[in-house]
Amino acid sequence: MRRYSLFALAREALRGHTGWGRAWGAAAPRAAYDAIIVGAGGHGLATAYYLGRNHGLRNVAVLEKGWLGGGNTGRNTTIVRSNYLQDASAAIYEKARSLFETLSQDLNFNVMFSPRGLLMLAQTEHEVRGYRRTAHANALQGVETAFIPPARVRELVPAIRLEGPRYPVLGALWQARGGTARHDAVAWGYARACAAMGMDIVENCAVTGIRVANGAVTGVETTKGPIATRRLGLVVAGHSSVLAGMAGFRLPIESLCLQALVSEPVKPCLDVVVMANTVHGYISQSDKGEMVIGGGTDGFNNYSQRGSWHHVEETLRALTETFPMLSRLKMLRQWGGIVDMTGDRSPILSTTPVDGIFVNCGWGTGGFKAIPGSGWAMAELMATGAPGPLAAAFTLNRFREGRFIDESVAAGVAH
Amino acid sequence: MLMLTCPACGVTAEETEFAAGGEAHRRREGPGSSEEAFEAYLFARANPRGVHLERWRHAFGCGKWFHAARSTVTLEVFGTYPADLGAPPEAILAAIRARAAGGEGGR
Repeated sequence: MRRYSLFALAREALRGHTGWGRAWGAAAPRAAYDAIIVGAGGHGLATAYYLGRNHGLRNVAVLEKGWLGGGNTGRNTTIVRSNYLQDASAAIYEKARSLFETLSQDLNFNVMFSPRGLLMLAQTEHEVRGYRRTAHANALQGVETAFIPPARVRELVPAIRLEGPRYPVLGALWQARGGTARHDAVAWGYARACAAMGMDIVENCAVTGIRVANGAVTGVETTKGPIATRRLGLVVAGHSSVLAGMAGFRLPIESLCLQALVSEPVKPCLDVVVMANTVHGYISQSDKGEMVIGGGTDGFNNYSQRGSWHHVEETLRALTETFPMLSRLKMLRQWGGIVDMTGDRSPILSTTPVDGIFVNCGWGTGGFKAIPGSGWAMAELMATGAPGPLAAAFTLNRFREGRFIDESVAAGVAH
Repeated sequence: MLMLTCPACGVTAEETEFAAGGEAHRRREGPGSSEEAFEAYLFARANPRGVHLERWRHAFGCGKWFHAARSTVTLEVFGTYPADLGAPPEAILAAIRARAAGGEGGR
């Protein structure tokens, strides 16, 4: 792999940019691998990357049904934060956020991490108390956040209307080190780094079956033929139940559609991320100038990547009250992704009833921010066969043991 | 936007009038059941890519619960049926079989 650098850029500028190679090759699958990851989204590619970098496991394939980063990695609102309430959540999300800080250097690929700061608005008395509690919890966890008064919110976000009739802004939880990153670049950067380690990334290769013998995995059936492995990682978000079904077990997961949308591009007017969990809306401005807006999930199981219009309407109706300037903007694009929701709204990083199969799923509406930490923990799980300190709390048996990591009630539902 | 017909009051309306209630026909595990069975009852879900039998409530109408058979791939509603039935009636099963012969949505 040729390193990207100022010198490489200057050299290519002088010769018409003819020397750039492919960032990753189009691999045909071999007959067997030490480990196979299903799903070449951010989480799957990060898992493969840290398997190679942290654990020296490089005979690895990443299989992808569609194209690289074409699922939820390409469909989210790119927010990065770690202001969670529960210790286990704060640990893995803060690990991810801290890895984002040096990810461009680690991968030699600009992931455009922009720690521009992130506000979670408190618009009810209940939220004020909840976010004060979260700020205290974060202080104990070593995550830097603060509860700030409305006047400070006004300084950070001049465009906001604090005294909305239905949803007045009573304060906010401020994480100065939160922000956004370029979602596609995260997938591309990990993919390029994986390919540089000799891993195979196989696109347009759907897994159609999982081979199990004597309670242990022996390989997968794919649309490009069977591939043998003793170590299989399922990192497929909304399709986790489908893959688990192929291996003969069920997951505590329901697949729902989550929608997002962007406006026409406008001049810079919002330089932080603002989340409003009471009204299920969150907004930031992309480098192109589009307002990137997300909302809540639909209520029913859905694999179609098409959501219901009234959820978009509800999100915009609420956000235009807090940001009256939005009411004049045209919305440019709207799309849906299929998210994997668990009962406690926390992820699953776990061994499974089948030896050699590991799952990384359940990130629900907030997986993008977790990609580096999730890959780090999943790689450790797959390399050693047992969850490490980051993943220990997120195993499947927490449901049987009643050991929930309850972020659905504690931290608000929007991600 | 989904259109559903409430079998209790007969009204056909769009989904904003209803509330989704999740997977249908789960059997509650009683005292003496194994931990595995109770865990499965509480948390494990079929979550199929295909026909989903599910509960809905006519929340902004008559208030009654009922069942629906719907494809999670095409969002086609094969029919709705009363809450006290333990399985879809034959007419709905026939509609699902007919669609299964034609494409992915009916799997």
